[in-house]
Amino acid sequence: MKEVLIAETLAKEQKSISISEFFLKNRHLLGFDNPTRALMMVVKEAVDNSLDACTEIKVLPEIKVEINQINENRFTIIVEDNGPGIVKQQIPNIFGKLLYGSKFHRLRQSRGQQGIGISAAVLYSQLTTGKSTKIYSRIGSKKPAHYFELQIDTKKNEPNVIKDNEIEWDKDQGTKVEIEIEGRYLKGKQSVDEYIKQTAIVNPHATFIYTNPEKEKYEYLRVTDQLPHEAKEIKPHPYGIEIGQLMKMIQDTRANTIQGFLKSEFSRISDLVSKEICDKAKLNQNEKPKKLGHKEIELLFNSLQEVKIMAPPSDCLSPITSELLEKGLRKEISADFYVATTRSPSVYRGMPFVIETAIAYGGELEKESQVRLMRFANRVPLLYQQGACAITEAVSETSWKSYGLQQSGGNIPNGPVIILVHISSVWVPFTNEAKEAIAHYDEIIKEIKLGLQECGRKLNVYINKNIKSKEQKEKISLFEKYIPELASSLSNLTGSNKMEVEENLRKLLKKELPALEVENGAKE
Amino acid sequence: MVQKNKSAEKLKELGEKVVKDISKNKNPNIIVPIRALSNVIFNERTRTLELGDKTSTRYFFNIAHAKKFVQTIEIASISKDLILEDKHASLRDVFYMAKRTIPGTNVDLVYEQSESDDIIEDLELITGNSREQLYINANKNGSIVGKVTIEDAGDTIRWDKLGSGGWSIPSNVENIKFKKVDAKYIIYMEKAAVWERLNEDKFWDKQNCIIISSQGQTTRGIRRLLQRLYEEFKLPIYVLTDFDAYGFYIYSVIKYGSINLAHASERLAIPSVKFLGITSNDIEKYGLKKHFIKLKDHDISRLKQLSEYEWFKDNKSWQKEFKTMKQYGSKAEIQALSSRGISFISDTYLPEKIKNKDFLE
Repeated sequence: MKEVLIAETLAKEQKSISISEFFLKNRHLLGFDNPTRALMMVVKEAVDNSLDACTEIKVLPEIKVEINQINENRFTIIVEDNGPGIVKQQIPNIFGKLLYGSKFHRLRQSRGQQGIGISAAVLYSQLTTGKSTKIYSRIGSKKPAHYFELQIDTKKNEPNVIKDNEIEWDKDQGTKVEIEIEGRYLKGKQSVDEYIKQTAIVNPHATFIYTNPEKEKYEYLRVTDQLPHEAKEIKPHPYGIEIGQLMKMIQDTRANTIQGFLKSEFSRISDLVSKEICDKAKLNQNEKPKKLGHKEIELLFNSLQEVKIMAPPSDCLSPITSELLEKGLRKEISADFYVATTRSPSVYRGMPFVIETAIAYGGELEKESQVRLMRFANRVPLLYQQGACAITEAVSETSWKSYGLQQSGGNIPNGPVIILVHISSVWVPFTNEAKEAIAHYDEIIKEIKLGLQECGRKLNVYINKNIKSKEQKEKISLFEKYIPELASSLSNLTGSNKMEVEENLRKLLKKELPALEVENGAKE
Repeated sequence: MVQKNKSAEKLKELGEKVVKDISKNKNPNIIVPIRALSNVIFNERTRTLELGDKTSTRYFFNIAHAKKFVQTIEIASISKDLILEDKHASLRDVFYMAKRTIPGTNVDLVYEQSESDDIIEDLELITGNSREQLYINANKNGSIVGKVTIEDAGDTIRWDKLGSGGWSIPSNVENIKFKKVDAKYIIYMEKAAVWERLNEDKFWDKQNCIIISSQGQTTRGIRRLLQRLYEEFKLPIYVLTDFDAYGFYIYSVIKYGSINLAHASERLAIPSVKFLGITSNDIEKYGLKKHFIKLKDHDISRLKQLSEYEWFKDNKSWQKEFKTMKQYGSKAEIQALSSRGISFISDTYLPEKIKNKDFLE
């Protein structure tokens, strides 16, 4: 009796917390953990949305990004695109409701994966400044432009419309969003400036006009009119699903038989494969899927993982292509040598993916420091958590010494180099919700290494041809500098006259010089 | 004092030879014995590694040698000063004493400590003096505990009265005197964490043994201490490492000597040591497969090298270990035993292994 009472009391206190409330308390999960990063995240979410929207209607993107500093720690971020615009009814949902979006339930390469992005930015703005987010949008020259001011009702996870007007807008089509947040602007490797620049590299078909808080204006112009090839939507592959997902699919299916269900809801399942799966699970393939009990679903799930099934189709992917990747790198990075490669599609856990790698060498790149690593997932730069990323692991484990770079132990190599790695996948496996580091799947690491090796070999040919001879000359000039050092060590060791030893060494250098110049640095 | 002057004199001789070359208008050179597998001989009789007589010649006027040449002379000069001033320096000290940017360039004479460490090993061979005789010491590394009383630098120390940390093993153990040693055997382990577990469980007291650990690589101090305990008290020594290629090599180094220090095997190698675990049998017997760690490329290539070493080539039981690990495609840590309970290692695993004499040779 007593226990029931306690349970009843507890029940009164138990209430579901809304997703908005949850993220309000866990904003670090979304990458809004400090003011510097928050500024970047807001830009990132808005730009990702704009690029995806343009891709959808096959328009060459032209995106304006402007950051205005209001006071020491307050900024307005304005992002404007020439995309399709958003129909009036959807505007509040897209910007004012977390986890709203069309991307979550489909398997096709796109930048955002879970529709959490832009509304999280709106929420962050509201949380730090109390201000509404302003949205301008128009879907065509014959339609009116709409202006919204929005907030999020965090209890209900519903948009709260403050203003909703039709306005005059000189733009025929597109969306513009204005968000005010508390943030901090810094320069450097993890800055908004760097984010835009890297985005321009991997989106060579897009033009970006960016004005930073210091009123410096950068124009990153497109170098190709070739739009990324359209990624097709695919059905999930049996190797990629989890049992909970299978249960839900069985619940939702309209198929009347297990065979029909398998064939219509998954990719790469034929009559023959379906029979094999059912036989293995000891199920009748003509049975109604909805009649399957928990135990039987488990059998079906196990059998799905065990039967040999063809790899999923890869037309759901849209790699940059090696040619355009090289072009993108060339336009933003001043170096002497560029190489890029696109691997053939591969599969991890039933998910297809493609790895692209590129290297820029020499020119204005810094000689003595560690190689700069640029990581991308579905054309989005990853600026944080480099240490936790599978790409970093693959780069460190590649033996760069064989490709003419310096490397100590299993570290990132040194030299005047940028190494770029891009993964395209219908579902990029991130280590966490901030989406800054790729999870360590063997298949992915292996593909990255193969791509890097391919670029590495070409780099090595270039270095041997052009750099080694130059370095050789530099090294010879080093002897003049070594002589005083050797003389002083010798004089300390033996008590001999330093000047005399030095003079003798100089004479010797003249004699040995011709031999040194032909020598190829013979090994000991 | 005599030895001291002799070491300094040897270093000076090296310098004088170079000065003489220079004054004769000859490309100055230093002859260095090669420290690599290609110059290591496995002596079937002593069952230890020995250095062969292959040498390489290091020239100053050679693009690939020049920097190393200057490093060699510079570090010889540093060592000479240390000897004459009667001061011992650590490997790290020597690195900093030699490290400087060469004027007019952006080149550091030594860039990483591994470079100066390497030269010091060369100098041992060139002069025929050990590192300690060159007045250079490594860091203290490793802990030891057991019912042993020693005398070190005038102090009497009881290893069983040093609490949770045990006695730290110095780099030079030549001058330690053993006053009392009460133990039946010694277990050497690669992992400090395992040592701490055994120490907390008072394993050494219950089993009447000595336990000793390093963190990773076994230093010369530890190897020499083990050798002395074996030679002076005939205590059997058992080695406990991870089930992986690096663990196996640690055993190989203690037993046969290392490739890098083959010249010092006589003072360091202990051919009688036995391998206690983790073996492939342990993996099966104690169900450690669920704690497997996948082999990486470098593990596999290291495994291949090991299996081709002369001293392992014809050893059937070791070849079986190498083959099994490759088949598993996985390695396992000693700590995997903890899945059977935190003190499983001290209560069951080690006593069982030792009672059944379940060792690999």
